[in-house]
Amino acid sequence: MNKTVIYKGARVVDPARNIDQVMDIGVENGVFADPAGLKNARIVDLSGYVLAPGFIDMHVHLRQPGKTGAETIQTGTMAAAAGGFTAVVAMPNTTPCADNPGTIELIRTYAQKGGVVKVLPCGAMTKNSEGKEMSGIGGLKAAGVVALSDDGKCIQNHELMRHVVEYSRTFGLPILDHCEDTVLASGGVMNEGYWSVFLGMKGMSPAAEELMVDRDVILARMADWKVHIQHISCKDAIDTVRNARKAGIKVSAEATPHHIALTDAEIKRFDSNYKMNPPLRSEEDRQALIEALRDGTVTVIATDHAPHTETDKTVEFDYAPFGIVGLETAVNIAFTELYHKGVLTLPQLISKFTQGPAEVLGLPMGTLENGRDADITILAPDEKGVVDSSQFRSKSRNTPFNGYKYTGCAVATIVNGKCVFSRIPALTEEKV
Amino acid sequence: MNSSPWTKKDLLSLYDLTAEEITFILDTAAEFKKVNCRRIKKVPALRGKTVVNVFIEPSTRTRISFELAEQRLSADIINMSADTSSLRKGESLLDTIRNIESLQADLIVMRHSAVGAPNFLASRVKCGIVNAGDGAHSHPTQALLDMFTIREKLGRIKGLNVSIIGDILHSRVARSNMWGLLKLGANVTFAGPSTLVPREFQKAGVRVCDNLKDALVGADVVNLLRIQHERQRSGFFPSTGEYARVFGLNRDSLKYIKPDALIMHPGPINRDVELSSELADGPQSVILEQVTNGLAVRMAVLFLVAGCLK
Repeated sequence: MNKTVIYKGARVVDPARNIDQVMDIGVENGVFADPAGLKNARIVDLSGYVLAPGFIDMHVHLRQPGKTGAETIQTGTMAAAAGGFTAVVAMPNTTPCADNPGTIELIRTYAQKGGVVKVLPCGAMTKNSEGKEMSGIGGLKAAGVVALSDDGKCIQNHELMRHVVEYSRTFGLPILDHCEDTVLASGGVMNEGYWSVFLGMKGMSPAAEELMVDRDVILARMADWKVHIQHISCKDAIDTVRNARKAGIKVSAEATPHHIALTDAEIKRFDSNYKMNPPLRSEEDRQALIEALRDGTVTVIATDHAPHTETDKTVEFDYAPFGIVGLETAVNIAFTELYHKGVLTLPQLISKFTQGPAEVLGLPMGTLENGRDADITILAPDEKGVVDSSQFRSKSRNTPFNGYKYTGCAVATIVNGKCVFSRIPALTEEKV
Repeated sequence: MNSSPWTKKDLLSLYDLTAEEITFILDTAAEFKKVNCRRIKKVPALRGKTVVNVFIEPSTRTRISFELAEQRLSADIINMSADTSSLRKGESLLDTIRNIESLQADLIVMRHSAVGAPNFLASRVKCGIVNAGDGAHSHPTQALLDMFTIREKLGRIKGLNVSIIGDILHSRVARSNMWGLLKLGANVTFAGPSTLVPREFQKAGVRVCDNLKDALVGADVVNLLRIQHERQRSGFFPSTGEYARVFGLNRDSLKYIKPDALIMHPGPINRDVELSSELADGPQSVILEQVTNGLAVRMAVLFLVAGCLK
């Protein structure tokens, strides 16, 4: 097998190094190398495509161990590869909870055996994510976690949260927080606003998110440490993050494709594929989120990929679990809603999937620099298509985007120099 | 009724209906009301049809009213409640309803605590679905019987001032009345404790008042909603005593409404909380006529929906 490759002819976009030009990219033994120094390299012509650093989805639920009926590490990473992602951060709300080194070890073993892309484990902040006692953060770090989160839950005890933020600084682990005052949002199934009032559904007040984002900003300032706001969804919370970042506080935020593309007006369908937490918000919130992506307040797009079986989702809206899958639609939605509508330039868009998450995680990823792992996403920004959820690699189909018409998608995914997904002939031949 | 403007196999919400469709139901109900005044009160309109009453949430008056309506139409009836069904064994609602459908049931009348449950089913089964109340979302036959009563008593709906008072937030009756009344051209006012009367309703064209007097002045109809004690426990208002004093309709607050205004209540009444006993039993009260009209309205709905089954 020829381990030396030069990719030619593609528009190379590497936001971390301000590169946007047609140039050659060399790969030797799975890492980026100066193409000028490569002898007998196989030449791959990528004319007409965009070559970007491998996309990172820093918010994914792979469900293994525990709920393998909905997803496994193998199917989840196959979905990631098909969606253009070379690495995913695996949330710790598995069964058992990833609050201990043994479970992290198990996840890493599964990932080595069946994982198609890189699986970066995230450890729980508190034992069983119950928000009561700090988990063994030092041990989790030693086991290889890249971040800490109680995702899906939110520590309600501010003193405990303060200690978690301060303590995790020692280990260089960023906090990824799902911001929700659980009393204020209790029992809610959708956003509180005109549509919840109109439909008579129990609403989740935006204030439940805003309060905890305010809290997290204060604690990040006090601890001088990184708190990343997961799936930010309301205008006032976005304003809080914008001001905090201006003040130099180590706060960052991510947007999900569904909060970018949809609003709570969709709930009138009573289709549980529109039910997630945080819920779809108002059009005003959606516009604020798009503006935050444009002005750089939000530096990351992440999916909150949350697979659920059809059995679990095909019930009365009130009883359906929160969450939708996202890995195989995120790039398509981002191109359609942000790039083609003129919100973001191509380098800006790519940055939200590469440089943005790499900076939050503090990992040497998300760039094409020589010596780094050769993780590459090949994009076709003008390719048109329609989402067909029956073709998903994911085990689950719970998406509101079936039938969504998109322009722009990922066409190939390369991890450590190895092509793990491709829809283009130049790379399909290379596939092992 | 051969050239029927009614074309739907389901009645889910008044929001889905046009003013013409609502009026047509009310006109049809007027015919059935005549039937109910005859010596022999039964017609063969639904003979050979099977109606299943699926009450996932407990109900007495709505269930009895539907059951009697079905009997008067000569339908075969099966009653199912959540307690006695396999839903308790963990069967999904969809599976339960598909089993019922496999018995060649024609219509399902459903009461459910989850918003949108009838909509969820209507798109997945062939039999007709009549919504007998879903969560705080919709209770179309209640609103239709309220509108029927108003039209019968006051001769019209267009231009009337209808004030609905109480726990609007959790009320499917308020929401259904709102859409029906607005479509037929009434002016709708909501009032009650501000914790229970969201201002978002203004965007739908409703006047929202924080105090009782503003809602009562000039009202042609006052519809009082049952105030539930559990709302007090959830901290929406301090006590039923304070509620009665501030938002209850009684002899003192009666002076604000028109002398011939109607006093309505969907029942069951908390006497001397939202409505004083004296007024509930007084000359302006049409509460028991609402119950009588409910039967005719439900007969009309079942008859029309059954006529649209494939």
